[in-house]
Amino acid sequence: MAQNAEKVLDHFNLFREPEYVEMFEKKREEFEFAEPKDKLEEAREWTKTWDYREKNFAREALTVNPAKACQPLGAVFAAVGFEGTIPFVHGSQGCVAYYRSHLSRHFKEPSSCVSSSMTEDAAVFGGLNNMIDGLANTYSMYKPKMIAVSTTCMAEVIGDDLNAFIKTSKEKGSVPDEYDVPFAHTPAFVGSHITGYDNAIKGIVAHFWDGKAGTVPKLERVPNEKINFIGGFDGYTVGNTREIKRIFELMGVDYTIFCDNSDVFDTPTDGTFRMYDGGTTLEDAANAIHAKATFSMQEYCTEKTLPLIKEHGHEVLAYNHPIGVAGTDKFLMDISRITGKAIPASLEKERGRLVDAIADSNAHIHGQKFAIYGDPDLCLGLAGFLLELGAEPTHILATNGGKAWKAKVEALLETSPFGKNCHAYAGNDLWHMRSLLFTEPVDFLIGNTYGKYLERDTGTPLIRIGFPVFDRHHHHRYPVWGYQGGMNVLVTILDKIFDEIDKNTIVPAKTDYSYDIIR
Amino acid sequence: MSLTVAETKERNKALINEVLEVYPEKTAKRRAKHLGSYEETKPDCGVKSNVKSVPGVMTIRGCAYAGSKGVVWGPIKDMIHISHGPVGCGQYSWAARRNYYIGTTGVDTFVTMQFTSDFQEKDIVFGGDKKLEKIIDEIEVLFPLNHGITVQSECPIGLIGDDIEAVSKKKTKEYNGKTIVPVRCEGFRGVSQSLGHHIANDSIRDWVFDKSEDKHPEFVTTPYDVAIIGDYNIGGDAWSSRILLEEMGLRVIAQWSGDGSIAELENSPKAKLNVLHCYRSMNYISRHMEEKYGVPWVEYNFFGPTKIAESLRKIASYFDDNIKEGAERVIAKYQALMDAVVAKYRPRLEGKKVMLFVGGLRPRHVIGAYEDLGMEIVGTGYEFGHNDDYQRTTHYVKDGTLIYDDVTGYEFEKFVEAIQPDLVGSGIKEKYVFQKMGVPFRQMHSWDYSGPYHGYDGFAIFARDMDMAINNPVWGLARTPWKTAA
Repeated sequence: MAQNAEKVLDHFNLFREPEYVEMFEKKREEFEFAEPKDKLEEAREWTKTWDYREKNFAREALTVNPAKACQPLGAVFAAVGFEGTIPFVHGSQGCVAYYRSHLSRHFKEPSSCVSSSMTEDAAVFGGLNNMIDGLANTYSMYKPKMIAVSTTCMAEVIGDDLNAFIKTSKEKGSVPDEYDVPFAHTPAFVGSHITGYDNAIKGIVAHFWDGKAGTVPKLERVPNEKINFIGGFDGYTVGNTREIKRIFELMGVDYTIFCDNSDVFDTPTDGTFRMYDGGTTLEDAANAIHAKATFSMQEYCTEKTLPLIKEHGHEVLAYNHPIGVAGTDKFLMDISRITGKAIPASLEKERGRLVDAIADSNAHIHGQKFAIYGDPDLCLGLAGFLLELGAEPTHILATNGGKAWKAKVEALLETSPFGKNCHAYAGNDLWHMRSLLFTEPVDFLIGNTYGKYLERDTGTPLIRIGFPVFDRHHHHRYPVWGYQGGMNVLVTILDKIFDEIDKNTIVPAKTDYSYDIIR
Repeated sequence: MSLTVAETKERNKALINEVLEVYPEKTAKRRAKHLGSYEETKPDCGVKSNVKSVPGVMTIRGCAYAGSKGVVWGPIKDMIHISHGPVGCGQYSWAARRNYYIGTTGVDTFVTMQFTSDFQEKDIVFGGDKKLEKIIDEIEVLFPLNHGITVQSECPIGLIGDDIEAVSKKKTKEYNGKTIVPVRCEGFRGVSQSLGHHIANDSIRDWVFDKSEDKHPEFVTTPYDVAIIGDYNIGGDAWSSRILLEEMGLRVIAQWSGDGSIAELENSPKAKLNVLHCYRSMNYISRHMEEKYGVPWVEYNFFGPTKIAESLRKIASYFDDNIKEGAERVIAKYQALMDAVVAKYRPRLEGKKVMLFVGGLRPRHVIGAYEDLGMEIVGTGYEFGHNDDYQRTTHYVKDGTLIYDDVTGYEFEKFVEAIQPDLVGSGIKEKYVFQKMGVPFRQMHSWDYSGPYHGYDGFAIFARDMDMAINNPVWGLARTPWKTAA
């Protein structure tokens, strides 16, 4: 018996004790009818080969370990970026339990969201009654300023009409007539979570600017000097949004963050649970129509939103999650050009410090090969930064990236000699990535938490940047945008590189001559 | 300041009435039936259960898919479980439940992988059966050592009229009798994950037991063969349970379903006794094996030394003196460890009040473990329990315990605010709400990424974890010192 009260052993060490190891072996031999070990070993080796890679890439129907989630997750993420707003997802209730868990596991924060809890009878008769009761209950319990409605695939398949349902609910008195209930159809079988973000934001823009579903006159745009900023679906929203605000304030820019969930995903522990915190005020959301321009930090998160905004006479500018010096330069110069505000010396200094840091550390990154996966914009931002560092973003994969994204990545790679033997993979999954890492190995992998399985199988060290990150804490509080954000990403990458160098040189009397004290 | 039972019941009544006030009338009427105080000598807890959740109230419940793929089937390690439909369900449940297993993932073992048909609009419009056929073919090429496939239906499957049963039959034939199990666990079925458990149990009956001859006729049985049913090996729970059963002389021929293999399921009807931990999710198949194969089943509880000893003796009572002596030997062997754990932690936890809200068996099963540490359960409730769960709960709770079925986010928050327990045990969606309020919390689904909690080895970890949650110095820092107390 290994367990003891003094030093309690939990799963990390308990099951390595001989009595358990022996038990596992006996179980396998006597009861599992497992494959013989040589056959297992042979199959394992085969999965590392080019032959396996070809078969793996020939897949047409099966998806294994995708790097994307479904639309409503993005809609829920977007909804809580507005003051006092509760997301209401029309359809099956289990979905909402999943979104809330997913967001809580990443941010280590509460995630509030309700469901209309449709069941079999609603599948037959439609979910109108669920909407009527649901809106009334949510409204009276949680006193939200706004209820933002989206849908699960169940409601989409049976064809529930949100516009009509919300109208009827208002007629039945679920919420007052003038109460804000923007909506977005977010079918899970179209696009991914970034599409859901886009649809939800578009729904909110349309609601406030275009007459609240025909219930009030459309807003008349009276151009002012403000700009709108839309961050997109972003696991770093807490750190990033605050960094962008800091930059805008340094520049003296008058701005509206359109969808600001940086506070609701970072509430204090002080004895009070805040279901709502911060967020874009509904007034600001409406007045955003008057802005002179709208900046989207993630093009593929706003593919439908930006054209709608453009129709209202704004200049719209889209970026691909810029990380590093050149990406930030371009973003800031555009902000400066449009607003007429100069980029202050303090930001010039920050820029210089990032360049300084890159120069200091270049020798360790130059020529290192990276594999990257994540949302399409994040991949582009990271690839741009790696090229800037003289690294090679060898494999770039976005499960929710399309043809246009692939072409954009390829164009980016063309701009640098370091992009020469690098490739973009649109629509592929992490099981494809596994084959890539075995057949064309790289030095480091950048991705979300699920990348740890690739690290385990292929031995490629994982640098966690992306969403979700469940198994490391608090990184969402640090920005990856702006020069400061670039610095954070640089340090994150460097830390892993140095840790690996140390790990590889640590054997006494064998490799530890390189176990240097100065690097 | 401790209340008498009568005062507690009065307080609970007032609290319930206060909470109900926030609802529209119709909802207040519905929710009132799910809230109450346990009255001693009553046969159940006096609350309604296993009915639809009220729309818009932030229920904590999940769906049938979660009950089937997430709970029952997902842990079967040598099979590939296809999340059939859009990408989300499989993504959110991917490796989230910590069903530990030993195996080479991606080669002969597949638990922590996300296989999905990633439905697109065209699959909804034209149906997904052809795609499913192709998926099965591709699985056979890329994962040749898999021992079977399950098709876990997501919402659209049942709505668009796909015939996954026909596909499964066809492919079973094509692949020489391969086990392929269609599961109709669409998320809109039933009122919670509970129906998903039932559907998954039935699919084992219909597509594993009934579809094939004895696949392992060479398997030699003994008089001491048992199967562990309803342990999902979260953080290794089934392992720290199995070791005790083996130490008392039994032979565990199957684990349902944590770290389980399809062969173990197939051989289970050969057991002499099924020992059932999570009654809620696997009573169905236990009853079936009793009726069809004559295998008796017995419920047990491996949380905390009191219940473990009781359970070991209960299990042993089905066997001869060898096993009965074995049970006593095991209890004696761990006595010193248990004494040391209690001596260390009980003084730090004595008298602490706990509120629980969990699923399955835990709203009652863990109570004994808390009591072994001198702690008191002041409120409990089930996410998806049925009346038979609330009946069983009467053996665990004290007169006047606050009971809340399918509690809403709002109710739970208000109850905790008013009662101010020393610890709340619930899930990830609740964790941060209560921690913000300054209330210590442990996730009692995932063991907050710790575990195992089952068995003697697990109790030491349970005690340590409850202590570290309650006696975490951070709770003394939650209030801002320069702000005067309200």
